[in-house]
Amino acid sequence: MPPSGHHHGVASHQCGECCTTLDHLGVALNGQVVLEDVSLHLHCGELTALVGPNGAGKSTLLRALLGEVAFSGAIHFLPVFGHGREDAPVVGYVPQQLDFDRHSPLSVRDLFACGLSSRPIAVWRSRRDQETARAALAAVEAEHLLDRKAGQLSGGELQRVLLALSLTPPPNLLLLDEPVAGVDLGGREMFYRMVSGLRRRLDLSILMVSHDLPGVASVSDRIVFLERRIMAMGSPSQVLVDPLVRRSFGLDTPAILPA
Amino acid sequence: MSLWHHLISRLPFDWAAFAFMRTALLAVLIASPLFALMGTLVVNNRMAFFSDAIGHASLTGVGLGVLLGLADPFWALLGFGLVLGVAILWLQRITRSAMDTVISLSASFSIALGVALLSRGGRFNQFSRYLVGDLLSITPAEIGQLFVVALVVGGGLLLGYNRILLVGVNESLARSRGVNPWWTQMLFCGAVVMVVTMNLGWVGLLLVNSLLIIPAAAARNLAGNTRQYVLGAAVIATFSGVTGLVLSYYAETATGATIVLVAIGCYVLTLAAQAFRR
Repeated sequence: MPPSGHHHGVASHQCGECCTTLDHLGVALNGQVVLEDVSLHLHCGELTALVGPNGAGKSTLLRALLGEVAFSGAIHFLPVFGHGREDAPVVGYVPQQLDFDRHSPLSVRDLFACGLSSRPIAVWRSRRDQETARAALAAVEAEHLLDRKAGQLSGGELQRVLLALSLTPPPNLLLLDEPVAGVDLGGREMFYRMVSGLRRRLDLSILMVSHDLPGVASVSDRIVFLERRIMAMGSPSQVLVDPLVRRSFGLDTPAILPA
Repeated sequence: MSLWHHLISRLPFDWAAFAFMRTALLAVLIASPLFALMGTLVVNNRMAFFSDAIGHASLTGVGLGVLLGLADPFWALLGFGLVLGVAILWLQRITRSAMDTVISLSASFSIALGVALLSRGGRFNQFSRYLVGDLLSITPAEIGQLFVVALVVGGGLLLGYNRILLVGVNESLARSRGVNPWWTQMLFCGAVVMVVTMNLGWVGLLLVNSLLIIPAAAARNLAGNTRQYVLGAAVIATFSGVTGLVLSYYAETATGATIVLVAIGCYVLTLAAQAFRR
C-alpha cells in the first residue's frame, strides 16, 4: 500500500481529506522556544511517526494536541462525518512508560473502569464496564490480563492495556508517546503490528512519537523528523535517506568491530 | 444521639459508663472509614508526605488562632491548611522541583512559624495537647460536625475516586479522558486538609497522618484489587480505632497514639501474611 494513498482522489471517503491540521504551531515553555512553525496534516487511516532527538519537542507537540500546553498558531480538528464537533474530537492517548506506584492493588479492570466511568471502583463493580473492558482487551490480545494488577504487568503488556483503553471509545485521533520505550523486542513487534492493523480497521489518524526509527519505518505511512521545527517529512523511504536524519540517528556510523 | 448513649451504656464494660468514651467511640466509628477511604488515595498517589505536612502545618494554624484571639482555632487551622496545600501544589508546578523538597520546605516553614508564635512568652506547654491529642476535645456538638463533614467529604471522595486515581497514574492520560488534573488535585488536597483538621483535636497533630496512611498501607499488602483495598483499609482502620480507644482507657495512654500502635500491629500482621502467602 503506497503511503497516504488511501484517500487521494477518493472523494466519497467518509472522513474527507484530512482529519487534523496543525497550522504554524509554536510552543514556548518558560520563555524558551520548544516548537516553532510546525505545520502538519494528519490523515485518517494513516500512521505518522514523529522522530527526533531528545528535547526536540516531540512530547510537547502531543501535549499541545491534548490541550495541556498553550500554543501559538492553530490546531483544527475537522468534523468527523456524522458525529463529533470541530473543537471536541475524541482523542486517545497512550503515555510513555507509566511512572505510577507499581505496588498499588490497582487491577487492569480497575484501570479501565477509572478511565471509562465515574462509578467509584472503590465500592462498585459494574458489569457493563467489565464487558467493555473485556472486549477492548480482547482486541489487543490481552483479555487474560483483566484481573492482573496493572503494576505487575510487563512493559509490553501494560502498553497493550493502555492501547486498549485509548481505543475505548473509538477515538478520532490516537496519540502514542514513545509507546514502546522500555519494551522488549517481542513486545515491540506485537505493539507495532497491532497499531498498524488498527489504522486501517478503524480508519484512525495516528501520531506516534518514537526513538526507534528503524522500527517505526516499517509500520508508518509517513515520518516527520522534528527538531524544534520540522526538519524532514515524507514517506519512510524518503526520510530514511535524508542525510540530516541519518546523521542524527547515527545510521551512517559504521559498526564498531572488535579488533 | 441519646439512643446511642443509651445503647452503649448497657454494654457490660467499665468504659461504657462514661459519656466521653461513648462520644469518642462514635467519633472513631465515623472517622475511621473516612480515613481509610482517603488513605487509599493518598498512598496510591504518593501523597503521604503531603498529608503529613498538612498535619504539621496545623501548628501554625493554632498559633494564628491564638494571635487572632480565637477561642476555637478551627477556622484558623482550616484556613492555613488550605493556603499551605494550594501553595505546595502551585510551587511544585512553578518550580518543577522535586515534590519532597517543596513539601519539606513548606512543612519546615509552618512548623517553625507555629513554634515561634506559640512559644512567645514561654507558653508553649499549654498547647501540647494539640501535639498528642485530647479525647475530651470531642464534644457532642463536634460529633455532629464530624458526621456532616464525613458525609460530604466521603461522598465527594467516592464521586471523584476514579478521577483522583487516574490523575495519580498519569496526568496526561487523565486529561485525555476528560479529567482536569489541576482541579482534581486541588479538590482532593482540600478534602485532605478538611479531614486532617477535623480530627486533629483528638488524635494530635504528631500522629494524625498515621491514621490516614497505616490502614491503607496494611490493606495493600493483601488486596488484589481496589475494592478489596478500600474494604480492607476500612476494616483495619475501624478495628484499630475501637481497639485503640478501649486500650487507651485501661492503659491510661493517649488515644491517638494507642490507635496508631494497634494499626501498626495490623500492618506487621499483613506483612507477615503476605510473606507467608508467597
